[in-house]
Amino acid sequence: MIELDRAGRSFKVKRNVVHAVRDLSFTVAPGEFVGYLGPNGAGKSTTIKMLCGILTPTSGTVRVAGLDPSRRRTTLARRIGVVFGQRTTLWWDLPLADSFELIRHLYRVERAAFRARLAELTETLDLGPFLRTPVRQLSLGQRMRGDLAAALLHAPEVLVLDEPTIGLDVVSKAGIRDFLARQNAERGTTVLLTTHDLGDIERLCRRVMVIDHGRLAFDGTLPELMATAPEQSSIEDVVTRLYTAGSAP
Amino acid sequence: MVSTYFLLIWTWTRSAAAYPVSFALMTVLGFLIAAIDVAVILVIFANTTSLAGFSRDEALFLYGASGLAFTICDTFVSNLDRTSQHIKAGTLDTFLIRPVSPWIQLAADRFMATRIGRILQAALVLGYAVAALGIGWDRAWMIPVMVVTGIVIFASLWTIAGAAQFLLTDAPEVVNAFTYGSSQLTQYPLSVYARDLVRGVTYVLPLAFVNWQPGLYVLGRDDPFGTPGFTRFLGPAAALVLALLAALIWRQGVRHYRSTGS
Ligand SMILES: Nc1ncnc2c1ncn2[C@@H]1O[C@H](COP(=O)(O)OP(=O)(O)OP(=O)(O)O)[C@@H](O)[C@H]1O
Ligand SMILES: [Mg+2]
Repeated sequence: MIELDRAGRSFKVKRNVVHAVRDLSFTVAPGEFVGYLGPNGAGKSTTIKMLCGILTPTSGTVRVAGLDPSRRRTTLARRIGVVFGQRTTLWWDLPLADSFELIRHLYRVERAAFRARLAELTETLDLGPFLRTPVRQLSLGQRMRGDLAAALLHAPEVLVLDEPTIGLDVVSKAGIRDFLARQNAERGTTVLLTTHDLGDIERLCRRVMVIDHGRLAFDGTLPELMATAPEQSSIEDVVTRLYTAGSAP
Repeated sequence: MVSTYFLLIWTWTRSAAAYPVSFALMTVLGFLIAAIDVAVILVIFANTTSLAGFSRDEALFLYGASGLAFTICDTFVSNLDRTSQHIKAGTLDTFLIRPVSPWIQLAADRFMATRIGRILQAALVLGYAVAALGIGWDRAWMIPVMVVTGIVIFASLWTIAGAAQFLLTDAPEVVNAFTYGSSQLTQYPLSVYARDLVRGVTYVLPLAFVNWQPGLYVLGRDDPFGTPGFTRFLGPAAALVLALLAALIWRQGVRHYRSTGS
């Protein structure tokens, strides 16, 4: 479903070149739920932007659902759902319900399918109380749930999430985790999840990838990840070891 | 594509119409401000009967023709020149994840229906001039062709200005000078300008095809700069070439988009 082959992305900043991602290769099969970890500035968001075609790779190749994202961006958009935790994809001045209606048009979702899908999402994400509220008046957690619904209205095969639980309280977090787990289990949606909350990883991800300085530092199952550290270590310890090992010269 | 565009501008209009008083005020104000340009032309002709060989009504005809094309673009696509703001705010990422061209989404973003007052004003001036000059159908057929050509040329310039902001994120004002400057330039008969400028304007940015070359045909005039008669009809071809070029530059701009670090 997702294939990267020696993908790289660098940025020219003044006279220097920043290699945000370099020589990154991995494959995610349909139906997998993968956690994508890494310290700040590791290149996680840059990878996600290449997956949805926002950024063109400067080297190597990227394929999502069999398409080259930067060349077939609009075609891919119908098959991928994207959530940026720090930034809403909704229309700031419009009520949530109007945003959804616009999305229905943009993605050309059939009316009946849309209604069923919206009812399901409203129910599971508990959107009912603020469907008529303009997005700018929503709290962070409400907005995030709205953003998740918006990313899933067109029933995408792949879902990429960049820190979707940032700033949420424990209850909202649990709600969103349940929801994501169910999307993956019941609909077979492939999910790639970036987060700094290791609870998300423990609860959701069978497979974990760790990226550091733009390179893959670990790729394996959660038990395999835990086995890289002495027994009895918590997931925090394990991840700390991985992150600090990478930054040593 | 087209229906998506109209859906987006309708959505913006509806949210602006929530404030009906300011909506009406802005429309009227737009109309009045645009009228100042006409007033300038009228003041010039209060002191003279000809401007670089053109009568008052002929000058108003050229003004109205360029004004109509320009105000239509200013209303419907001018938000392309806010590309750099969207880049800096990170909202361009949002446009790029949707299955609709970012060009459409940017052009429709924050659409202001209040600018329609200015389109009306330009259309009135053009209508008056055509009536006053008594232009017959044998030449008037060129007027719609000229307006469409002008729209394509201005829309292409705006597209290029927007695309340039992908590369020059910090210099949007420079590129905007270029679209608004083009409109200023075509408000007067090109014969008021120096020959070299006109040559540049004709061949490099094909602004002379917005209203000057086809306008000379409608007015039944020879070009004071002596271009051959067939150049009056080159507008559509020039507009098409410019549009293709603009599409190419826009594509390159999007491919070179760097997003933001957070
Ligand atoms: N548009 C850009 N221009 C210049 N440098 C960039 C740009 N985007 C990212 N970078 C650089 O690339 C590197 C990786 O950034 P990225 O946003 O992918 O990190 P991240 O793993 O998502 O980090 P975080 O956990 O803090 O969100 C950083 O060093 C960043 O400064
Ligand atoms: Mg990030």
